Amino acid sequence: MNPVIDLPLERLTLDHPCVSDFLASLGFSEPDGRQSLRHWLDQLADEDILDAGMERHQILDHVQRLIREVQRMEQDRHARVDSLTLIGGRNKQGEPEPVEISVRAGQILCIVGPTGSGKSRLLADIECLAQGDTPTGRRILVNGQTPAGDFRHALDRKLVAQLSQNMNFVVDLSAREFIGMHAQCRMVNEPQAMVERVIACANDLTGEKFSPETSVTQLSGGQTRALMIADVALLSASPVVLIDEIENAGVDRQRALELLVTGEKIVFISTHDPLLALRGDRRIVIRNGGIVDVLTTSALERENLNRIEAVDATLMNIRDRLRRGLRIEEPVQWPQ
Amino acid sequence: MQLITVAGSPSVGKTSVILRVSEILGQQGLRVGVAKFDSLSTSDDSLYEQKGIPVAVGLAGSICPDHYFVSNVEDCLAWGQRQGLDILFSESAGLCNRCSPHIAGVMAVCVVDALAGVQTPKKIGPMLRLADLVVITKGDIVSQVEREVFAYKVRLANPGARACFCNGITGQGASDLANEIVQAAHTPSLEGQRLRFPMPAAVCPYCVGETAIGETHQRGNVKKMTFADQAEAV
Ligand SMILES: Nc1nc2c(ncn2[C@@H]2O[C@H](COP(=O)(O)OP(=O)(O)OP(=O)(O)O)[C@@H](O)[C@H]2O)c(=O)[nH]1
Ligand SMILES: [Mg+2]
Ligand SMILES: [Zn+2]
Repeated sequence: MNPVIDLPLERLTLDHPCVSDFLASLGFSEPDGRQSLRHWLDQLADEDILDAGMERHQILDHVQRLIREVQRMEQDRHARVDSLTLIGGRNKQGEPEPVEISVRAGQILCIVGPTGSGKSRLLADIECLAQGDTPTGRRILVNGQTPAGDFRHALDRKLVAQLSQNMNFVVDLSAREFIGMHAQCRMVNEPQAMVERVIACANDLTGEKFSPETSVTQLSGGQTRALMIADVALLSASPVVLIDEIENAGVDRQRALELLVTGEKIVFISTHDPLLALRGDRRIVIRNGGIVDVLTTSALERENLNRIEAVDATLMNIRDRLRRGLRIEEPVQWPQ
Repeated sequence: MQLITVAGSPSVGKTSVILRVSEILGQQGLRVGVAKFDSLSTSDDSLYEQKGIPVAVGLAGSICPDHYFVSNVEDCLAWGQRQGLDILFSESAGLCNRCSPHIAGVMAVCVVDALAGVQTPKKIGPMLRLADLVVITKGDIVSQVEREVFAYKVRLANPGARACFCNGITGQGASDLANEIVQAAHTPSLEGQRLRFPMPAAVCPYCVGETAIGETHQRGNVKKMTFADQAEAV
């Protein structure tokens, strides 16, 4: 006798809400909750079973698999990645790429190089946790070890979240519903509070505030970017984040990076923005499909970063005044 | 020979994924072929031919391509064997979300498209629920949130199945898929094998060519919908 499928349905669906969603998706009419799943299915007409698109034993099997899967997802929520190590392969000419770089949680690594030099390929290698099986021959270690096959293939263990520039929203939901949907999948304890936090953080990152009721498809480029960064920092399952450029478009890049770092993420950014590139701990220089250098941000560069930030703030201020309909006539005061 | 049934709604990216995977399998020295089943027309054959992949095309015309597939699958297998293939993919479009070409003991792949929206995995029937391997395409053009939610919904729709993202254009993810496929069971013959789930019955008069509308023309397997009127306001 199987404990689960012989439980009264009302008990079963109370303990495992996923089961009631599944049964509802089969399109049966409301069952009598005192019956067990097995008995209930036995007394349904064969015709109804055929309509549901699964046979009885398949439904029973599905319910048991579903319960196990949801339990596994809950366990996996706490998987941790402390470091990622990149071991070089070869460049486009087939010459060796003699580097080994480790990045720990909470660190930012920038990737710089001319267009077409192989930055995307590097991001792709990280994305699929390459094991010498991509054209570059690179290998990626997780916590210092070759990742288990499961890590690479299983959807739920997806280590890497990717924020790319050419993404769209397919659903038409408000920002609140959208993040709420994500929070539900991530099985967080207090989904509503989490949603509020993500949206507040996003608003913190962007000059143009938006309300939780705004439809995600109505958000501006900057607002979208801010929302995705806040979501990935606070809610995403993936400990590693790949970002291909955070454009200027109304996102506070400094705060965005701080948010990702406090979320203990391992962050890779492909960028030429000095504010981002010099804020990272190190930067990888790519040429000809290969890594040619790894620069650690120096003390002098950090000092320069302060000046560049001041210049940027001046520009931001001008932009803000333009937005408010003011004139820009007095001579611009560049910081020293 | 290994037979792999690949199913998915129209334009989800079945051909793209098969092409990317075949390229990898070809590099491993395996001979790959495709049998494409569609209803009215297809230009997939030229896509396969361009890559030097042997292809057979079946157009089902007025019947469902998945029904048509099952009636022809033994000949399809024999064709693949005559071509000396190591791996034969069948490609068919589950037009009704209910049909599924998956056969017990034969590796079953379902391709779904992340652009179709997060509710789609729940709506697809046996084609997804009873597949061994679920491939999600077009993840490159949706948001990270929707990618994660979509993956979660796929896991609920087919718990425990292998599932992965594959970009049909760049081939990202295709090598993992190829690794799964080379491990598929071999199918020397289909005699006595069974479908994983019966196809929907197609025996109402409209299935067999009736075009007149009205009660008197509805014989055989007719199913009536209930249209509830709005409750009167109190
Ligand atoms: N952006 C993007 N486009 C894709 C992806 N996969 C496929 N496509 C595109 O989607 C379109 C349809 O792809 P096909 O591979 O022909 O789809 P199919 O399922 O074989 O279509 P039918 O056989 O006609 O049902 C093509 O234009 C592909 O280039 C993907 O992962 N990302
Ligand atoms: Mg096709
Ligand atoms: Zn059909």
